Amino acid sequence: MKKWLLLAANAAVVFVALLCVWQAAVWVLRIPPYMLPPPVNVARAIVMRFPDLWASFCISAEAAASGLLGSIVGGLLVALVFARLPWLRRMLFPYTILLQTVPIVAIAPLILMWAGQGLFAVALVTFIICLAPIIANATQGLISVDPNLLQLFLMHNASQGQILRKLRLPHSLPYLFVGIRISSGIAVIGAITGELFAGSTRVGQGGLGYSILYAMSQLQTDYLFALVIAATILGFIFFFTAMFFEWLFLHKWHESARSEGNEY
Amino acid sequence: MSAVPEILFRDVTKRFSAAGSPVLQDIDLVIDRGEFVTLLGPSGCGKSTMLKLVAGLEPITSGQIQVNGLEPRNARQMVSFVFQEATLLPWRTVERNVALALELEGRSHEDALRTTSRLLQLVGLTDVSQSYPRALSGGQKMRVSIARALATKPRLLLMDEPFAALDEMNRDRMNEEILRLREAGNWTVLFVTHSVAEAVFLSSRVVVLSPHPGRIAHTISIDLPYPRTAELRETREFDALVNQASRLLREAHRA
Repeated sequence: MKKWLLLAANAAVVFVALLCVWQAAVWVLRIPPYMLPPPVNVARAIVMRFPDLWASFCISAEAAASGLLGSIVGGLLVALVFARLPWLRRMLFPYTILLQTVPIVAIAPLILMWAGQGLFAVALVTFIICLAPIIANATQGLISVDPNLLQLFLMHNASQGQILRKLRLPHSLPYLFVGIRISSGIAVIGAITGELFAGSTRVGQGGLGYSILYAMSQLQTDYLFALVIAATILGFIFFFTAMFFEWLFLHKWHESARSEGNEY
Repeated sequence: MSAVPEILFRDVTKRFSAAGSPVLQDIDLVIDRGEFVTLLGPSGCGKSTMLKLVAGLEPITSGQIQVNGLEPRNARQMVSFVFQEATLLPWRTVERNVALALELEGRSHEDALRTTSRLLQLVGLTDVSQSYPRALSGGQKMRVSIARALATKPRLLLMDEPFAALDEMNRDRMNEEILRLREAGNWTVLFVTHSVAEAVFLSSRVVVLSPHPGRIAHTISIDLPYPRTAELRETREFDALVNQASRLLREAHRA
C-alpha cells in the first residue's frame, strides 16, 4: 500500500511539473494558442464544453464496447470451431493473421461504404481489429490442454460436452483474457478510426473521432486537446476494465493473475 | 477367488507405427484379484505403455488384453488411473477436484460431496479441502490425486510412477499410506516404478522388464506378509529381496 502511494505521488509530481513547463513554454516562446494552447485553455475547454465532450465520449465508448464484446463472443465461437476441426483451423488460420495485418485505416472507408454511416459501422470497424487476438489466444487455450488430463476425462467416460465445459473452457480462460487485454487496448483506436470516416453517428453529434476532425477544421486546438485527453482516458478505462475481469476470474487459482493483481 | 483373472495379457505386442520396432513384445501375464503387481524396469521398456493398454487409452497391435473378462475400453468403470503428475484442475478446489470423477459419472452433487469429505479425511487433507492446488505441496497434490482415483470405488488401480516426483522421505511415507488405504479397499493394483525399494515394499509380485523391445525378463514373488510397516525396510529379508531385484534388473538391462 505504501509503495502504491509512493508511485502515485511520483506520477502526480511529474504530471504537475510537465504542466508547468508547458504553460511556461507557451508564455516565453509566445506560441499562438491555435498552434499549442496552454494547459489553462485546455482546462477551460474541458469545463466549458463538457456536455459536448461527454456526449462524444459516450458515443465512442458505446461503439468501442459493442465492437469489443462482439469480437469476444465471435472470436470465442470461431476458436471453438477451430479447436474442434483442426483441418479447418489449418486452412483458415493464415487469414486471421491477414485480419491483423491489414491496415484498418485503409479498409475503414470500405466498411463504412458497405455498412452505412451509423454506430453499427463504427462498431464493425472495432470488431474487425479486435477479432484476431481473441481468435488466436482462445484457440491456443482450447487446444493446449494437458494430454494426461484429457486421458483422465476419457478414463471416466466423459462426453465431449463434459470435456468442453469442465476442461477445455476453464483451461482456455487465462489465454482468452490475454486476447481480451490486447483487444481492449485497441478497441478505442478502432472506434475512433471508424468515426474519422463515419462522420456524425447521431444527428448533430459525433463520437470522439468525428469531433477531433471537426475541432481541427475549426482550429479549436484547445478542444482538440480536450478530445485527445478524453480518448486516452477512454482507452485506459477499457484496458483496466479488462484487467479487472481477468483478475476477477483468475486470481483465485491462476499464477499470472495473482501476481498482476498484487500490483493494483 | 474367481476364475476370471483381474488382468490378462496374452501374446501382447504393441507398436506405435506399423513400420516401427515394437515397444512391447510377446507379453504374457496373468494378474489375480487382490494382487499388488509392480512393473519394474528402466525408462523406455514400455511399462507405462502397458498401463495405457490396460486402461484402453492405447490400442494393442496384436494379442489380447482382458480386464475382469472385458475389453479394456468397456472395463473403465471399474478402473482408476493415477498419473505421474497429480494432474489436478487448477481452477477447482481440492474438494471439487476429488469430486470430478463422480461428477463425470453423473452422480448428484450432494452425493459427490459426501464421498469427497470421507476420502479427504482418509488421506488427511480435510484442512485444505477449500484450497486451490497451487497452495499445496507435491505430496499433498498426489494425495488429492489418489483420493480422486478412489472416489469412484475402483476395483483396479493403475498407478504410473505416482511418487517419482517426491523426495525420498515423502515417497516412503506415501508408500506406507497406499498400503494402509488398500487394507480398507482391497483393490488390485498395477503399479509402475523404477525404484527397486519401492517395488519390493509395496508389491506381492514384481515383474522385471527388459528394454528394446519391452519383454518380461523375470518375475519375483515378494512373500512378505501384509500389513507392512516402515520397520520392514530395516529387515534382512527386505534387503535380500531388494538385492535380488536389483541384480535381475541389471541383468535385464544388459541382455
